[in-house]
This record gives sequence, structure tokens and C-alpha cells, in this order.
Amino acid sequence: MPGTLTVYRWELRKLRAQKRTYLGLGAAVAVPLIFVTALAIRNGEPRDVAFGRYVHDTGLAVPLVLLLFGSVWLFPLITALVAGDIVAAEDRDRTLKTIFTRSVERQQVFAGKALAAGTYAVAAILLSGVVALLAGIVASGYSPIVTLSGTRVSASHGLVLVGASLAVYLLPILAVASIGLLFSTVFRNSAAAIVGTLMFSLLLQLIGILPGLGGLQPYLLSTQFQDWQGFLRVPVDWAPILRALWVCSLYALPALAVALVAFLRRDVAGE
Amino acid sequence: MPEAAPIEVRGLLKRYGKLTAVDRVDLTVEHGDVFGYLGPNGAGKTTSLRMMLGLIRPDAGSVRLFGRDPQLGVAALEGVAGFVEAPAFYPYLSGRENLRLCAALDGDGAASRIDEVLDVVEMRDRGKDRVGGYSHGMRQRLGIAAALLRHPRLLLLDEPATGLDPGGMRDMRELIRDLAERGITVLLSSHLLVEVEELCNRVAIVRRGGVVYEGALAELRERAGVSYRLRTGEDERARRVCAAQPGIEDVCEAPGGGLLFRAAGEGAVGELSLALAESGAPVLELSPRQASLEDLFFQLTEGDGRARKERMAAAAEELA
Repeated sequence: MPGTLTVYRWELRKLRAQKRTYLGLGAAVAVPLIFVTALAIRNGEPRDVAFGRYVHDTGLAVPLVLLLFGSVWLFPLITALVAGDIVAAEDRDRTLKTIFTRSVERQQVFAGKALAAGTYAVAAILLSGVVALLAGIVASGYSPIVTLSGTRVSASHGLVLVGASLAVYLLPILAVASIGLLFSTVFRNSAAAIVGTLMFSLLLQLIGILPGLGGLQPYLLSTQFQDWQGFLRVPVDWAPILRALWVCSLYALPALAVALVAFLRRDVAGE
Repeated sequence: MPEAAPIEVRGLLKRYGKLTAVDRVDLTVEHGDVFGYLGPNGAGKTTSLRMMLGLIRPDAGSVRLFGRDPQLGVAALEGVAGFVEAPAFYPYLSGRENLRLCAALDGDGAASRIDEVLDVVEMRDRGKDRVGGYSHGMRQRLGIAAALLRHPRLLLLDEPATGLDPGGMRDMRELIRDLAERGITVLLSSHLLVEVEELCNRVAIVRRGGVVYEGALAELRERAGVSYRLRTGEDERARRVCAAQPGIEDVCEAPGGGLLFRAAGEGAVGELSLALAESGAPVLELSPRQASLEDLFFQLTEGDGRARKERMAAAAEELA
């Protein structure tokens, strides 16, 4: 019997056939290349960002700097491009009635879509990270990196830490994808869902810098985009990493639950 | 134990705010029926079909497809296929890929039937083209193909000929007739009287969300009986004579001139012809006329015919 995996495979096939997928992945590839090219041409460095001062010393610093830059709007936008569209596109194409009258249950359709949106987000971040790493190594070499604790670690150990950082970075990205999926389900309009997701992400960052709201800082989704830095301390600081895990879950799981209920209960009427 | 009816609807009700879109509809579609679900636009046909396919939830009442409730999950749609309004597909995928997607979501070897169903709707040579470039008629045919993938025993088709050119409408009717001959039970929602008259053995006529008639087409015609067309040199005098004549009723203007009336029997018609001769109204034509489905449809959906007259007058004004 067909089920979630069938839906998931076809959601990926549909993503491969849509331009917006390549727009997001293209940005994920282009931005690191542009960044490294600009560094090579201007020979300066972003000193006010963690690891910024090391971008000419080791290529390992490049993906880490980009993780910080990208968290403001680039990666949330790339994530929202697909997550915000994946249900709303069915409304635009009026195809919900087509898939709801086949032999898969609505919850399986939803799960397949959620998995596909998550897969795309993970692929985009990993692609961006790998391109940044390779471009950085080509430009600045594969050399040891200095951690946030000031200790120097070997290039191979640094590579493992970069990989682990990317993995932790995926937690808030998946939370953003879940919120995008919620907006996509509720708004039934791709543009509204994509812009809404980005606005939500920016709003949390705004709250983070407002005076008097410092107590909220650890619980904001925007803060979790920096929790990977726990890996770049010696010894590893697990507290922010564990916090990212549960704080991101607090954003993602209710969003997914509400989206699922809305998806299950919706009337496919009036076009 | 006999198998449950393909469709059994009881007390189906759907409201949108103050508007009652479907008003306590009862209907039963039996095995082998080509069942016409007939009504003017906005009568609630599509909303009913959506509830039958489990796409929207009724406010009250129940739907059973072969005894199963589509609100409880897609298991109720086993052996059931169809579409509501225009069939919809992913425009960036080819027709064949859309069918592959549908087949994947159907399982049960549906993928092996793709070529066969493309042949049935005569679309095999266009299967590789993106649906975004398809005409309306091609999408309708692809909709039928997608439905046939499920190897259905029951097809629910919502206005399948809408938007097609005359040739496309003829082809669609032939296709539906062919499917019915293969033993598939069909519920055909339509506002095209010719289509229903040509294809269906039973009908439900809906008006403002409610069913005003359900039964065999032949019974409906029988119930309506025979009307007579009267053409004279002086219609106004003839109308007065008709009104005064016992056994003559429902006198109204006939489309294209003259009068239409119903008679209690042939004797009453004979008496009328004598009365007309005595009154000096020259009779040019007095002929029996079997009520068409159109007459019955308007009779049932527009009540006393006043609305029809208004509509015809408006159409005439528009033409002028």
C-alpha cells in the first residue's frame, strides 16, 4: 500500500521539477562563492564576526562565518521558499482534490510534505556549507583553526567541528521549515507563507535586540542559530547545543501539530 | 449478502453561513446506473460531490460508498474514482508523470495501467507534454484517465463536458457510454440536459440544494405526461377558449409561438377543437407533444414557469 514514503518520493520529484527549488539551492551555492571571491579581491576580513579574523588563515573559518551571516535572512529565506510553498502550491494548482481522492490518508500526505520540506532545507544548508568549505580551502588553505576558547585545533579536528556545527545549525533551520509549513497550510498562499516565515524570523531577531527583553534571549529561535558555537569551545560547551535541541522543538512541534490538524480538517471546497 | 449500493446519501446538509448549499439530500445510486445529477448552476451539485468524495465535511447527514463512509478515510474510496469541477494536475509535470504520481498514490498495480488508460482517452501521443500546455479538453480527458487508473467500479464525474467544443462533448459522451457498458456505475453531475437524456437511466434533479425528483428518467417522463401544442390564427381568443374548457389546464405560451396545454384525455382535446371552431378561431395545428427533459427540468427547477418566461424574455432582449 502506498504511504508516507511514496508521497515523500513524489514530493521530492515535484521539487526537482520546480524553478523555486533551484533558486534556493542556487543562492545556497552562489553566496559562499561570492563571499570567498570578495575576500580574495579585497583582501579584508569581517573582524566583528566570530572567526572573521581567520578567514585568510584557514578555509575552515569560511563556512562558520557564513553560518552567522546567513542566519539573519538568507537561510531562513531559502528554507521558506520551499516550506512556505509546499502546501500552498496545492491550493494554487487546485491539486489537493486530486491527491485526497487517491489511496493515501491525509496525514500521510502531510508527513510526506513535511519530510520533503525538511530534506530540502537540510540539503540547502549542507550544500552551502560544503561549497563554503571547499571555496574557503581553495582560497585560504586547509589549516588549523583557533577556537573561541583561543586554543588551536588541527585542520582535521576543525573539519569535524565544522560538520558538527552545521548539524546543530540544522535544528533552527528545521524549526523555520516547520513554521513555513504551518503558514503554507493556514495561509493557502505561497507568497504570504514565504514572507510570513521570513518576517517571523526577523521579528524574533528584533525582539532579541530590544532593551529589557534580555531574559527572552535564550528562548528565541534566532538565538539558536548561534548555539553551534558550543562545539567551537574547548572543552565543548554542551549547554547551548542541548538548549537548541529543546527550544527548537518548542517552536517546531507545535507548528507541525497545528499545521497537521489544519490539514486534516480542511474542506477542499470553492475554487 | 448483497453488496451495498454504490452511493447511498441520507439527509446530507451543508451550510456556508446563511446559505444552505446542500439541503438534506437523499439519493441512492444502484449498481450499473448511469445516474444523472441534474440541476442549474449553483444548485449544490458540486458541493454534494465533494462530500461524497470526502473532500468536505457535511454539517449533517451521511454518505456511504459501497457501505463505507468517506469521512473516515480513503479506504472508503476503494473502487471509487472521479473528479469535481475541472480535473487538476501539476502543470510543471507531463501528463504521463501526473498519471505516474496518481498511480503511485493508488498502489495496487495502477502504474501498469497508464498506457492502457492513455489509450482509452486517446492521449498516448501527448502524454510526454507538460500539463501546463494542455487545452481544457485534454485536461478533462486526462482527468478521466487518472480516474480509470483506479480500476473503478464507481465513477463520479462533475460536469465532464463543460468547456469542451461540440466534438469534444460528443467524444466525452461516447467515452462515458463505453465505460458504463463495461459495467462501471456512473454518477454524472451535469447541467447539460442533452447529455443526461442521452446517457442516464436514472436522475436526481436538484433545486436550491434540495432534490426535487429522484427516479428513472422514463418514470419522470411518464409522470409529466403528454402536452399539446395549439397554433391558431388568433391566439388570444384561443387562450380564452382553452381557459374555459373543462379538462384543459396549464395553458401557456409555447416557444416559437402558439400555446401549450395539458389535457385530461383525448376526449377533452376533441371537445376543445369543437369549441375553437365554434368560437371562430382557425386551428392551424393541434398536436400531441411528449414532454422533453428540458420541459420537466424547468418545471421542477423553476416551478410554475414564470422564471423560465422571464429568462427567455431576457435572452430575447439580449439578442435584440
